[in-house]
Amino acid sequence: MTELLAGRLREVLPDEAVITDPVRLRTYECDGLTYHRATPGVVVLPETAEQVAAVVRLCQEFRVPFVARGSGTGLSGGALPRSDGVLIVTSRMRRILSVDLAARRAVVEPGVTNLAITEAVRDAGYYYAPDPSSQQICSIGGNIAENSGGAHCLKYGFTVNHVLALELVTPDGDIVELSAMDAGYDLLGAFIGSEGTLGIATKITVRLSRAPAAVTTMLAAFTTIEGGGRAVSAIIGAGIVPAAIEMMDALAIEAAEAAVRCEYPAGAGAVLVVELDGPEAEVEAQFALVDRICREAGAFEIRVAASAEERQAIWKGRKSAFAAVGRISPAYIVQDGVVPRTALPDVLAGIDRLQEEFGIRVANVFHAGDGNLHPLVLFDDAVEGEGERAELVSGRILDLCIEHGGSITGEHGVGVDKARYMPRMFTDEDLDTMQLVRCAFDPRYLSNPGKVFPTPRLCGEVPQVRKGPHPHEAELF
Amino acid sequence: MPQEALAKTGVTVRVADAGDTVAGVQAKWVALPESTEEVAALLRVAAEHDLAVTPVGGGTKLDWGPPPERCDLLVDLCCLNEVLEYAPGDLVVRVQTGITLDALNEHLAAENQELALESPVPGTTVGGLLATALSGPRRFRYGTPRDLVIGVTVVLADGTTARSGGKVVKNVAGYDLGKLFAGSYGTLGVITEATFRLHPLPPARLWVTATYPELGDAPGVDLGTLAVQLAASQAEPAAVELDWSADSPGYTVSALLEGTAAPTKAETIRQVMTNPEISWSESPDGAARAEVSESPPDWWGRLPEGAILLEIRVPPSSAGAVVRELATSHLTGHTLRGSAASGVFLLALPAGTPKAGTPEAETPATAATVIERLRERIEALDGRLLAVSGPVGAADRWGTIGALDLMRRVKARFDPDRRMSPGRFVGGI
Repeated sequence: MTELLAGRLREVLPDEAVITDPVRLRTYECDGLTYHRATPGVVVLPETAEQVAAVVRLCQEFRVPFVARGSGTGLSGGALPRSDGVLIVTSRMRRILSVDLAARRAVVEPGVTNLAITEAVRDAGYYYAPDPSSQQICSIGGNIAENSGGAHCLKYGFTVNHVLALELVTPDGDIVELSAMDAGYDLLGAFIGSEGTLGIATKITVRLSRAPAAVTTMLAAFTTIEGGGRAVSAIIGAGIVPAAIEMMDALAIEAAEAAVRCEYPAGAGAVLVVELDGPEAEVEAQFALVDRICREAGAFEIRVAASAEERQAIWKGRKSAFAAVGRISPAYIVQDGVVPRTALPDVLAGIDRLQEEFGIRVANVFHAGDGNLHPLVLFDDAVEGEGERAELVSGRILDLCIEHGGSITGEHGVGVDKARYMPRMFTDEDLDTMQLVRCAFDPRYLSNPGKVFPTPRLCGEVPQVRKGPHPHEAELF
Repeated sequence: MPQEALAKTGVTVRVADAGDTVAGVQAKWVALPESTEEVAALLRVAAEHDLAVTPVGGGTKLDWGPPPERCDLLVDLCCLNEVLEYAPGDLVVRVQTGITLDALNEHLAAENQELALESPVPGTTVGGLLATALSGPRRFRYGTPRDLVIGVTVVLADGTTARSGGKVVKNVAGYDLGKLFAGSYGTLGVITEATFRLHPLPPARLWVTATYPELGDAPGVDLGTLAVQLAASQAEPAAVELDWSADSPGYTVSALLEGTAAPTKAETIRQVMTNPEISWSESPDGAARAEVSESPPDWWGRLPEGAILLEIRVPPSSAGAVVRELATSHLTGHTLRGSAASGVFLLALPAGTPKAGTPEAETPATAATVIERLRERIEALDGRLLAVSGPVGAADRWGTIGALDLMRRVKARFDPDRRMSPGRFVGGI
């Protein structure tokens, strides 16, 4: 079947845009979540929406699943390929099609990187607000699939709040425009964050934001994580919405020091990075208040960035934290859970108990402002049974999040990694109802199947389906 | 028999009276549930007896939109009005959707917080606001209901109760049904509970307002440039509104500044509004004037008055173009009001047959003709024109919709028997 399908794919795409060489296929066997792997049946590199649509129509004809992939930086296996399917890679669709500053919007192709949009408009005083840590390489199409956030979404919201319209190739292979301007259901809102299960975005209109007049970044060091936690609560309680509030615990700081020598204050049990932005007078007033709050909460040192370089120095430790953990542990799991901000102390205490119970270390890095935890569960894969225990701790942390009214993922997505946790957060009715949307878009269950939902909902009758045997049935993979 | 079955649910059900209509269609019964479970019980009975259902909040917009194909049961959510969970430290509130926006914000004000949504219609419930996706001036800074809702509980036509989202702001687990149901006009199910992201109440609010005279056929200001400059201002206005009536002396623009630095920010905005390069005045010194005040102009956040209400959506750089198109459309008695910074306006046209069309037209154009002509001009600006309410005759209410087929498929999955407000939405959904 592969050859038959590949042959048909070569009729709609240039030869070199259809990859069947097993060695090259393996390049695509995983995304940022490397412990799930599958070699795709075929990889295609389309350059236009029409080509994507033609590929999807062929997948329908052959009843073969398809998975879209941007830069492959996802952390939940959302772009994990199917060995019985087609991987549609958008890396050749990376043009910025238009920028209209007066209308505050840009139209881009899905393979454009998140940061490239900001770079295209920065000199004019604009930027694209969502800023996931991987923004230098992650694609806007992937951001759409995951509804990506970033450190600054506390104040500015997520991808879904910054996309005005998109063109998508539906799982039927039709090219359709979803626009916030149109009357009708907010399918744009439903599509963003659907992890590639409702189709493939081929053109995206994003909202551009005006850069704030002033930005102040400060680092406050506390002897204990409780002190940092008190400061976060007091800042929010004072009616301030900072652009970002990030926290790291002692172990995460240790890792960052080892990796990038960020030179955070010695002896810190926790550091808080607070960024305030907006009109100058407002930032000044808020800074004075935040400074006082941090000192009252027990900060023993506060540094304020006086220049862009110093701001980068403060962020350096935080942004490198995930990778830095590799310096202090042979292996680790990056977790992504959310709790109501007020439950942070309880949940952190719970994570401490898990560390003791299982003899597994956990480094904590989190977006403290919105209760989004990124515990890094450390283990040595050379020690028998440690990987399993780490996996167990990682799952228990999600249970803690759910018990406290939180979520199993704040920004990394469900993908394949967390589909099995979905029933802990939602009832069968909840999941079945969500999948009604899936049935409307993709009744044959071919668009990124196996992701998000642990069990597919049967969609029942599909309008205009041919009855009788399928012409290619005998030749499937 | 349906009435007995409805009564058996234990929910208060009464026979509808003459006032219980939806866009002119008389309902048969009105039920007053007090919980999500009661709504589910009602919808199960409705499913068994094939009753068409329309959810009702404050009833303030029941006459908006096209009439339902049929309407047996009104599910009135007025008694579903509790604040279920409020954690000020989390800036999150979970409510039953029958609570009014005003009552909710009164509750939240005790903690110096607010749900940063506004309704141009007094008495609007949170559910009504969500279901119609209405917004007010501050949409420019805070977004619309879909941007602030973080979780919903909905009851589907067959009585299934489902939840999506949660009570944390950052959450990407599963599909976001809150977005899908926001603005769905009751055609997918009943939203019984909703959780919202809140904002701290700003410590100060100031409005900067300028009225520009009409000079000939055009405003004494380059409205398009003004709107773009205000929206781009680093003084970060929370709202920029335009008000222009056929019988008012000119074009009024008003910007809202919030926060501790409001006075400084207001001064920056005042300078933009009086920039002599883009505004002209008949005053002796030729400069436009802008006043700073602690209260809004009296029209702020209110619906423009008129029998027919249209919504105009354009790219935010097209505010000036919208005014130009309307000024040359030979309308009379109209009021245009809305967010110049967001490009979303309401246009009210007077009762009776609007006198419009080309000046040579011997017979006055019908509402439908006027709407179609205006739509042509607005869509040429890459915008949309929707007929929100009023006697629009045979006019298409919705304009161009790129994904109508997908919308029909969504409706067919959520409500296959077409019992939820059938016919009330786009494309006859």
